Amino acid sequence: MSEHAPPAEDDTADEQSADAEQAPVTTGAQSVVRALENAGAEYIFGVQGGAIMPVYDALYDSDLNHVTMAHEQGASHAADAFGIVSGKPGVCFATSGPGATNLVTGIADANMDSDPMIALTGQVPTEFVGNDAFQETDTVGITQPVTKESYFASDSDTVGDDVGEAFALADAGRQGPTLVDLPKDITQGETDVEPGEATTPDTYEVQEEADDEDVQEAAEALAAADRPVILSGGGVIKADASSALREFATEYEIPVITTMPGIGSFPEDHELSLEWAGMHGTGYANMAISNTDCLLAIGTRFDDRLTGGVDSFAPDAEVIHVDIDPAEISKNIYADYPLIGDAREVLRQLFDAMPRAPDADEWREQCQTWKSEYPMTYDTPDDEPLKPQYVVETFSDVTPDDTIVCTGVGQHQMWASQFWEYTEPRTWVSSHGLGTMGYGVPAAIGAKLAAPDQEVVCFDGDGSFLMTVQGLSVAVREQLDITYVVLNNEAVGMVRQWQDGFYEGRRMASEYPWIPQFDKLAEAFGARGFRLEAQENVEETIQAAREYDGPSVIDAHIDPGENVFPMVPSGGDNGKFALKEDHLEEL
Amino acid sequence: MTGGMPGPSPHDRMQPEGRRNSQGIRIDPEAEATHEPRQAVLSALVKHKPGVLSEVSALFSRRQFNIESLTVGPTVDADTARMTILIEEPEPGIDQAKKQLRKLVPVIEVTELDPTALRRELALIKVGGEKPDDVNAVAEMYDGQAVDASTESVTVEITGSKQKIDAAVEAFKQFDVQEVVRTGAAALERGPRTLNKHD
Repeated sequence: MSEHAPPAEDDTADEQSADAEQAPVTTGAQSVVRALENAGAEYIFGVQGGAIMPVYDALYDSDLNHVTMAHEQGASHAADAFGIVSGKPGVCFATSGPGATNLVTGIADANMDSDPMIALTGQVPTEFVGNDAFQETDTVGITQPVTKESYFASDSDTVGDDVGEAFALADAGRQGPTLVDLPKDITQGETDVEPGEATTPDTYEVQEEADDEDVQEAAEALAAADRPVILSGGGVIKADASSALREFATEYEIPVITTMPGIGSFPEDHELSLEWAGMHGTGYANMAISNTDCLLAIGTRFDDRLTGGVDSFAPDAEVIHVDIDPAEISKNIYADYPLIGDAREVLRQLFDAMPRAPDADEWREQCQTWKSEYPMTYDTPDDEPLKPQYVVETFSDVTPDDTIVCTGVGQHQMWASQFWEYTEPRTWVSSHGLGTMGYGVPAAIGAKLAAPDQEVVCFDGDGSFLMTVQGLSVAVREQLDITYVVLNNEAVGMVRQWQDGFYEGRRMASEYPWIPQFDKLAEAFGARGFRLEAQENVEETIQAAREYDGPSVIDAHIDPGENVFPMVPSGGDNGKFALKEDHLEEL
Repeated sequence: MTGGMPGPSPHDRMQPEGRRNSQGIRIDPEAEATHEPRQAVLSALVKHKPGVLSEVSALFSRRQFNIESLTVGPTVDADTARMTILIEEPEPGIDQAKKQLRKLVPVIEVTELDPTALRRELALIKVGGEKPDDVNAVAEMYDGQAVDASTESVTVEITGSKQKIDAAVEAFKQFDVQEVVRTGAAALERGPRTLNKHD
């Protein structure tokens, strides 16, 4: 189990714990921990170290659960995934210098995907700051571009409030990561100041509801459309707006496309669902987005993996853009109708403002035609070698709807998003904007702790898995019931696919024939390992791994020739997705 | 290889007629929506605390905004500083710069000043000291004055618009310009309007 205060031996444990909570703070470090408790933190993912040691010492007396990670990068990814699944900021700790720099990848990842997270880093004592002291780095300077705000704590009396403010800021408005850098003398310093209630900074304002007149104009434009489409982004999930979206789309019969981070915001088994659009999105979603004349985009930042070239993105469409962050409006795609506000609130406003449903029978039929023309499918000649899509599909078929899928980054991530059927929000945990290989192993740990009653599966690639495989030791120690599936093609497959498609097959540094046997590696860590090579063994292997009560790893040796399609070449036209290698040559 | 998707190939599919420009704006065939760069003067009130200048300047470099000058100094309120930022961008870039600035936590308020706003820049120009009277005469033509003199050099102070200072520097070239330092523009709206939150 997680490490925290040693268990008391008698029935007075709860009482003692309550007493401990009420004890006045006496150091900056205790104030930091008190602020986290007050803000509602549950888990901390971290790694000990010299400069953060006073804070860990204060944790000794706290009921907060600390999970020691095998690497700080894993701490930040686990906190990120905890934030995605729970909706509340995940917390990670690292010491100064290399501890803090190792956190940065996960912080940047959370920043790109607007995941709520707070990172606390140790720092050398104030008197040594700037002297290139042992394990010193300018953590605030390094992280400022990839956080909502990075704080440098400068006073033991206010350090608790700094942490409270950072926590509140991570959760407010457009969620994202924050950081507080904690010099050792500040956390060691004496104070009797209890942190106050956590509030966002006075300069941070969030507009919850859009202007009514603007909503009315947008609603009329949408109602007048012949070919309307809703594009649902990750912001819909973040705003807990999935039910509101379902009601709106169903009432006005408008097809729904998600972005990749928006997967789960609308059920993929719904007849109005076209699943997700973008570089490896479905053919029907990309056809619809290319040909729509009115796009209601909610909580998306129009990433280039979604839009392809902006000149060809929904070029006939008037765009209604709903976002809580005004800076996202017209950043990449010009919004004809900007609606700034919380996705759930604005959907409610739009629902009331719609004068009628769009007259779009023909359009919906067209969308269904595209569904039948471009079904998500794959070849299975003689069922061998093993197809990765089959592994994902089979797993999806045997698990409950609320199963959480985590991934690393690469081809496996695309297959996991294409061939798993997602019907609920907060069940898809992946690294989108930053595209961090190695995200999967620690993310599954954070996800499982955020939702211990839900099944968690992590699809990873051999290259991606190897980057954070040490996290398996944490899953084993915490006895987390996670099934890791390594879709093993002995390559960084997405790179290889691009080399084959765009670099004349010159496979420089993309093939990994030297990787370990992951089933045996799993056993070495104390997890269960399975080797999977044949289609006929897929279901039984999955069931055996699911039945094992603890972390298991399926080393699935897949067809190394399998590539990810459909595909829109980078910067290309979404309507001209390639269905096979030959098409890439045409584009 | 995949091959089970039977639909038409890329160029045989239904294709939209429209297009967008590089700024993501739909191109109206009757009035093509492109924007040429223009200069904008942004004025920002920020919390006067360590690191705020680097946070703002890092934002501009990270987002690739074309910055002309950035000046900063305290206001009458000791907790607040004011920045004047000149950028040259197409309209969507100016709009984006304002919104990104507003997002920064230490930023209290941002506004774009009217083109008629008062804009002043200070330059110190050090020239050779052989002809101090001539240097002084030229300085007076630009409402400037000599503020330091030695046998080898004269330093002149000029205040005014960017164009005026450009012209002055050009004029002083006849005296062997040794060094120039310029502050970049500081700007304030004309009339009673002030940049305070919720004005």
